[in-house]
Amino acid sequence: MSPAEANAVRTSARNGWLLSLPALVVLAFAASGPLLIVVWYSFLTANDTGNVIHEFSTDGWKGILYTYDIFEERYALADAHLTIFWRSVWLSLTTTALTFAIGFPTAWFIATRPPQQRAMWLFLITIPFWTNLLIRTFAINEVIRNEGILNTLLIWLGVIETPLQINYTETAVLIGMTYVYLPLMVLPLYATIERFDMRLLEASYDLYASRWLTLRRVILPIVKPGIIAGSILVFVPSLGAYVTPRILGGGKNMMIGNFIELQFLQGKNWPLGAALSVTLLIIVMAALLIYVRVANRDRSQGHG
Amino acid sequence: MARRGFQISRLPGFATIAIAAFVLLYLPILTLVIFSFNASNSVAIWGGFSLHWYADAWANDDVKAATMRSLVIGASAAVLSTALATMAALGTTRRRAFKGQTFIYVVLNQPLMVPEVVTAVALLIFFGILKVATGYQGLGYLIAAHTAFCIPFAYLPIRARLESMDLALETAAADLYASPFATFRRVTLPLLAPGIMAGAMLAFVISLDDVVITEFVKSGGQDTLPTYMLGQLRRSFTPEVNAISTMLLGVTVVMLTAFFLLTRKKD
Repeated sequence: MSPAEANAVRTSARNGWLLSLPALVVLAFAASGPLLIVVWYSFLTANDTGNVIHEFSTDGWKGILYTYDIFEERYALADAHLTIFWRSVWLSLTTTALTFAIGFPTAWFIATRPPQQRAMWLFLITIPFWTNLLIRTFAINEVIRNEGILNTLLIWLGVIETPLQINYTETAVLIGMTYVYLPLMVLPLYATIERFDMRLLEASYDLYASRWLTLRRVILPIVKPGIIAGSILVFVPSLGAYVTPRILGGGKNMMIGNFIELQFLQGKNWPLGAALSVTLLIIVMAALLIYVRVANRDRSQGHG
Repeated sequence: MARRGFQISRLPGFATIAIAAFVLLYLPILTLVIFSFNASNSVAIWGGFSLHWYADAWANDDVKAATMRSLVIGASAAVLSTALATMAALGTTRRRAFKGQTFIYVVLNQPLMVPEVVTAVALLIFFGILKVATGYQGLGYLIAAHTAFCIPFAYLPIRARLESMDLALETAAADLYASPFATFRRVTLPLLAPGIMAGAMLAFVISLDDVVITEFVKSGGQDTLPTYMLGQLRRSFTPEVNAISTMLLGVTVVMLTAFFLLTRKKD
């Protein structure tokens, strides 16, 4: 490389940084930077009136799993907290499975339409995707609540006499999350299936494979990157969900997001809330890292 | 009887599930829209067509104030985040890969990766400290927060547009003795304009829809339309909320259609 070239590369890199800098500063101020303060707050002492006292303490972290029993003067496993974690993980995994069960056929259907029709079907998936999550949760709430469409219809048909209590149950949260996150599963699945070489199906059927065997042994292994992408895209926001469980689950069916809110906005225990936030962040980052590794491995192996 | 043609890509039951999925996706939204025009108080029994929930919403001063606030925050965040994202996109595309580029990508897209409730908590603490230290309680905090999480949404379409642009046109401009600034203003910017518009619209829609971060960051009396609606849910649920939702939905659909027209690849 000649000195002039080296100089040009340096200038280019400097300009790249300078142009990106304003955006980075805003993000550091109002997104990334404050995350570090959360870590700091998780090691402070709780104050009865909410907020914190600036004294080092690990009570916030201990509080995730244990509660201090003032009568027996010892720490006991916090069953209520464990129930919330278990519910969050279980509901998120089930949501991921359900969105896959519905989303895979949907994505396959779109990808196998004639090319000029695909954009229209895809647009129909994208509208709910960009529609306010709150509105979509309201919409599903309208359907499943006691005086809602579903119950009114079932009573009118004479199937049931008293409304089904769906709202404020875990089932309601599950229905709601599956509804709001379905597009997040369909879009990456579609992107992979669209590139799928349909001639492979011909080859498979020529070799006397049944449709089921073809699906299991040919299609699913090849679209695996899309399945992983979709699963992460659904699992991550499900785990941190706040609006949907709050509206459909009520106070009894809290998820981690609502539990964190409880520590802050109801002014209960900021260090515990901060420790919970950091924990949630770590789990989500771990899920994303797994995704990046799998995606890179699949790329380096290279299909076709 | 003729046997139906063997379609290679057909899988049994898939079309049925797909059609059911589309119906289920739209049915709740359509219900919400239809019942916003319901004359009766019920959200399940049709009592005739009426616009009175829209009139109610419009006559409600809280709704008016929240709408104005949503629009001010949305417009400010869209303009600011798009300007920042455009610069960042120009900085990170069409040049030799440089040291720290991956770091820049990660930071720019960070709001997409961190759970919203965690960012919300972080901003609650940080802006809480600033509010006490400076005494300033205004909308600036909400605008800053919205600008930050809108950056990746504005950045991605602008970057996509830049990457698909032909470098030869700018080289030609430079060959014809256009200054770098003239080249940028007369060649690069006009070519990039659809990407910038698309980015700004996505940013506006994303800001307009935000609930969680706004709920945590807002000071007293700073409700936006979504946080107002969330608050209403705690009290009684009336079709007024349906009317507001339908209006928001209308804005989103119009913006998205425009976005698709702007980013559509020429056939």
